[in-house]
Amino acid sequence: MKNTGDYYQRDRSLQPPALTPGYKTSVARSPRYALISLENTVSEITGPRFGHSDIDAGDNDLLSNYAKPGESPIGERIILHGRVLDENAKPVPNTLIEIWQANAGGRYRHKKDTYLAPIDPNFGGCGRTLTDETGHYAFRTVKPGAYPWRNMVNNWRPAHIHVSVFGSGFLQRLITQCYFEGDPLIPICPIVQTIPDAQAIDQLTAKLDLNATVPLDSIAYKFDIILRGRRSTMFENRMEGN
Amino acid sequence: MAQKLEYLKETASQTAGPYVHIGLAPGAAGFDIYREELGHDITGPNAEGERIRVEGVVTDGMGAPIKDVLLEVWQANAQGHYAHPEGGGAVEEGFRGWGRVITDFDTGVWAFETVKPGASKGRGGALQAPHLNLWLVARGINIGLNTRMYFADEATANAADPVLTLIEWEHRRATLIAARIDGGPLPVYRFDIRLQGEDETVFFDI
Repeated sequence: MKNTGDYYQRDRSLQPPALTPGYKTSVARSPRYALISLENTVSEITGPRFGHSDIDAGDNDLLSNYAKPGESPIGERIILHGRVLDENAKPVPNTLIEIWQANAGGRYRHKKDTYLAPIDPNFGGCGRTLTDETGHYAFRTVKPGAYPWRNMVNNWRPAHIHVSVFGSGFLQRLITQCYFEGDPLIPICPIVQTIPDAQAIDQLTAKLDLNATVPLDSIAYKFDIILRGRRSTMFENRMEGN
Repeated sequence: MAQKLEYLKETASQTAGPYVHIGLAPGAAGFDIYREELGHDITGPNAEGERIRVEGVVTDGMGAPIKDVLLEVWQANAQGHYAHPEGGGAVEEGFRGWGRVITDFDTGVWAFETVKPGASKGRGGALQAPHLNLWLVARGINIGLNTRMYFADEATANAADPVLTLIEWEHRRATLIAARIDGGPLPVYRFDIRLQGEDETVFFDI
């Protein structure tokens, strides 16, 4: 059955609130008035579509997309893969995923990053791909390093990869971060702790996936992304667009 | 035994952080990597309608411009159709209706050119006044903020818009309406977004 109904209401209890004083930058950047709740209109259920003409095949290989010919970045070689599903466990195909990250030393290739770890000449730190018909995606990259940041004097970010996903409607638009199983910095990170729900945090932690490794080459982590689900039209006695 | 509901839970959002440009606009981070960065051409070459420029700043609770914010715009074409199977109708070839906008790192000013959208069909067949849908992410913003920009020269349509009129406080509706400035090469709509304060912009839970 084709789904044409509204998207499910977002469960805000599993999402970080805007104001989270432990993450200091949020204090001046969080709206103070309540959000106005909108029923879905065409403006929210639609969203941009991307295709293979927008990106190149190698854009999802961070081991080679910025490296000089014959060279590769320094660090632990990993495969990050998973599926994009909605809350009904339906795959979200042909959706654009973009990632960005620090290098193995914890340094970003950004003119504003001044951390003392070196820039890796063979690592750009960004990649992009489209999910396939079953919602699968994959990247090759290096595992990012932890790094310090100016929140409290001694805060360190756990290793993480930033992930941006579009979904099929503008109200599925999501930016999040993928963490790695076993990292002791996860439970003490003020940005992770903006999320009030332990299971929701666990859902952001990629699991070691030995079955997806390339032996003697790359270790693998699995990271599934869930976007908002959509009601099916169970009753047809309502006008279209009701 | 009671039956279980087997719905998955939406992945939690996290801040885009200060280096969002690396992933979404690497040229602005200081390096070229892709054949083409996405979101620079909102309308494509064939779009009909009035060409306009939209500009503004996003200010924080101190009243300071946010210089690392990234905005995405999503809009209908001049006929009020979105480029999507459920978008209400056909669009011009090459019209995507989506753009990605970053600020000037020194001033916090952002701007983009597009065409003015038409009225689109809302719920129950009511027309929605022409508007742009905006989504903001930045360091310190834990979950992307959704808002809409309406046009000051559409007063009649705005007065009947089902979303604007949903806002109980009439003075807050004004935070969603961009002033029109004529006289330059393109009409300019000025739209400043305020994250806090008495004139805090209306944001939506969509």
